[in-house]
Amino acid sequence: MALLQITEPGQAADPHQRKRAAGIDLGTTNSLIASVREGMIQTLADQDGEHLLPSVVRYTDNGPVVGRLAVESAKQDPLNTIVSVKRMMGRGIDDLKRLSGQLPYDFSASEGGMVKIRTRVGDISPVEASAEILKSLVNRSTEKLAGELHGVVITVPSYFDDAQRQATRDAARLAGLNVLRLLNEPTAAAVAYGLDTGAEGIVAVYDLGGGTFDISLLKLNQGIFEVVATGGDSALGGDDFDRRIAEWIIDQSGYDKDVNPRQLRTLMMQARDIKETLSTCDRSGISIDVDDLKFNGTLSRSVFEEMIADLINQSIKACRRTMRDAGIDEVKSIVLVGGSTRVPAVRSAVAEFFGREPLGDIDPDRVVAIGAAVQADILVGNKPDDEMLLLDVLPLSLGLETVGSLVEKVIDRNTTIPVSKAQEFTTFKDGQTAMLIHVVQGERELVNDCRSLARFELHDIPQMVAGAARIEVLFQVDADGLLSVSARETTTGVSASVEVKPSYGLSDAEVTSMLKASFDHAQEDIASRSLSEAKVEARRMIDALLGALELDGEKLLAPGQMVLLNQAIDKLQETLSLENIEQIKEGVEILGKASEEFASLRMDAAVREVLAGRRIDQLEEDIG
Amino acid sequence: MDFNKNYFEIFQLPVAFDQDPDQLAARYRQLQSSVHPDRFVDASDQEKRLSLQWATQINAAYNVLVSGLDKAIYLLELAGISIEDNPQLDPGFLMDQIELREQLEDISATAAGRLVDPHDDSEALHELDAFKEKIKIELHDLEKDFAVQYGTELRAAEITVYKMQFINKLLLEADKLEEKMLDY
Repeated sequence: MALLQITEPGQAADPHQRKRAAGIDLGTTNSLIASVREGMIQTLADQDGEHLLPSVVRYTDNGPVVGRLAVESAKQDPLNTIVSVKRMMGRGIDDLKRLSGQLPYDFSASEGGMVKIRTRVGDISPVEASAEILKSLVNRSTEKLAGELHGVVITVPSYFDDAQRQATRDAARLAGLNVLRLLNEPTAAAVAYGLDTGAEGIVAVYDLGGGTFDISLLKLNQGIFEVVATGGDSALGGDDFDRRIAEWIIDQSGYDKDVNPRQLRTLMMQARDIKETLSTCDRSGISIDVDDLKFNGTLSRSVFEEMIADLINQSIKACRRTMRDAGIDEVKSIVLVGGSTRVPAVRSAVAEFFGREPLGDIDPDRVVAIGAAVQADILVGNKPDDEMLLLDVLPLSLGLETVGSLVEKVIDRNTTIPVSKAQEFTTFKDGQTAMLIHVVQGERELVNDCRSLARFELHDIPQMVAGAARIEVLFQVDADGLLSVSARETTTGVSASVEVKPSYGLSDAEVTSMLKASFDHAQEDIASRSLSEAKVEARRMIDALLGALELDGEKLLAPGQMVLLNQAIDKLQETLSLENIEQIKEGVEILGKASEEFASLRMDAAVREVLAGRRIDQLEEDIG
Repeated sequence: MDFNKNYFEIFQLPVAFDQDPDQLAARYRQLQSSVHPDRFVDASDQEKRLSLQWATQINAAYNVLVSGLDKAIYLLELAGISIEDNPQLDPGFLMDQIELREQLEDISATAAGRLVDPHDDSEALHELDAFKEKIKIELHDLEKDFAVQYGTELRAAEITVYKMQFINKLLLEADKLEEKMLDY
């Protein structure tokens, strides 16, 4: 007799119950969280009614402070207050020097090569700082949504390379979030607009954020958003406008010493205000007095536009290139994203280049979070009838270092993901048992001009004469745009082990120790945390399988198979009460194996079904 | 999933060079909307893995089926012919190729003198556009030849593919030059 299953109070068991999901725009300047509540998409506000959370983290002796409070203290405590952390994600020290010149921090390199910032509480990685921002947003949501978040969609610039995407995922992991998908920001913006307009055709998304510029061309057709091409500049943004204003002020003031961090911070904050004022007014007053740097005067819009003209032009150039990549010379609509698109000179340059006025009815600061929330809601299955599907592309080519520090492309940019490609290598010396493979990302021909992603060491290659071994390295890029690599020797079938050393990422050990540190801080027991994670994972698996069995079990499985599978499910169910992590993990593994064939049958059936449906459509088309 | 199925079978299309692009695109979307990882966010790990494999395979198939050259090479493979690295081609064709390459170099030289002012390279750009148009027509003619030859004389189809490879490479070089001229 089957036992009745009774769930713990507060835990969802009814598969038709709505799951809580949210979209997060983890921005350079501001971050936002949005969710679908009672059928309405809303960005969520904090206790004071503020929707935008400044992406600023201040480290104090009493723990981190995130948002406006941190911004207010930025002037007094610049070295312990981290701003624009997004620009440092997945980056090494050399990149940062090259990218933005003056950042008021003391940097140190971590073991993985990723940059860290020296603060009073120790070295902080950008991943940790981002995790604080995520936690702060999610706290907001659990209050507003009255329930645990099932999962989140986090947006990233489409131009983010693998290291930057990995870093974003690590931050979410550190914040304890289930990431449903990393979504490109421009795609999210188009999703937000797509809901309202239902437009078909090519949409250009011009996204000038605080620290990054993206241009994406999306094809909208039959409810499917397809990214046709992406381009941009990961080191161009509204912050650069502010920097130009700050430089102009320094120049006008006649101050000729190096500016200190406090001065720089004050200048940058004033500059931002001036930029915003100039979006609606012809001129803006300036009054600055910090540590001997004094200036009183005005800046006119036309002078401001002159000083940023080359930056705007840089963005338009990227637009032209992306249009050409996609073989497109006309777009149907233009979506603007990011606060800096409020600058009139930006709007007019965009309108002039594309030959039409951009859309503007959704707040450019919120449009990305709104789109991410829509996607999150669909991904967790709250809208089973929704046909929307996002097809994305690899933003930058993946390649390998070859002789002479040249790059051999393995997967070209703008290839639709997921994608995999196998590349064959052979040994150089007799009896060689190991080789080093260097994976890079970028479009340039020299290794040093591309981003170093990882170095893989292949070991245990069977000893053979030079050139006889055949090592097949398989690159797989998943739907999040993240790369994984595996390798095997094809003549003998021996798998060579792959050791991944992310060039600018965090090693697994580093993530683990960070998690550990955060638990220590919260006085949490690591073992109990792992146990509860294992339980959640097991329950997720059971729920997924029960749902699948209810739908397709009788259709696809023989009665005997059904019984076996149900037994494996019951076994795993039993282990849940045993509080033993090893047994739970074993149960998950056994059930995984037992359900493999069923999973495969379901997938085949789904494909058959869609093609069968197609045949009927085709008939109708032929008749019509 | 049956990885033994060829790309045409996966898309339930006849094994042939000529395909209706709209039909191909529509079928691609139908297939992806049933197997894509977005549809399996909450599924078991087995289903997630299968979904990734399927979606990857369908992308690979689609990329081949929409590309003239890749599709032609794939069709030859299905017929048991693998492409040679250094094929013998008739001297007349090779002479034409050398001439085309020289034309491209001329355009490049014309443009080089003007790179100082990126707004003043329109003449070289026009020349390049015309050049690309010309070789695209040639490529299109070769594709038409291939479509006919594939059903009747495989050896001729193979030769046509070698010619397509030449033209394709030239087109890529022209694209590279354009990129340089537009100062990307």
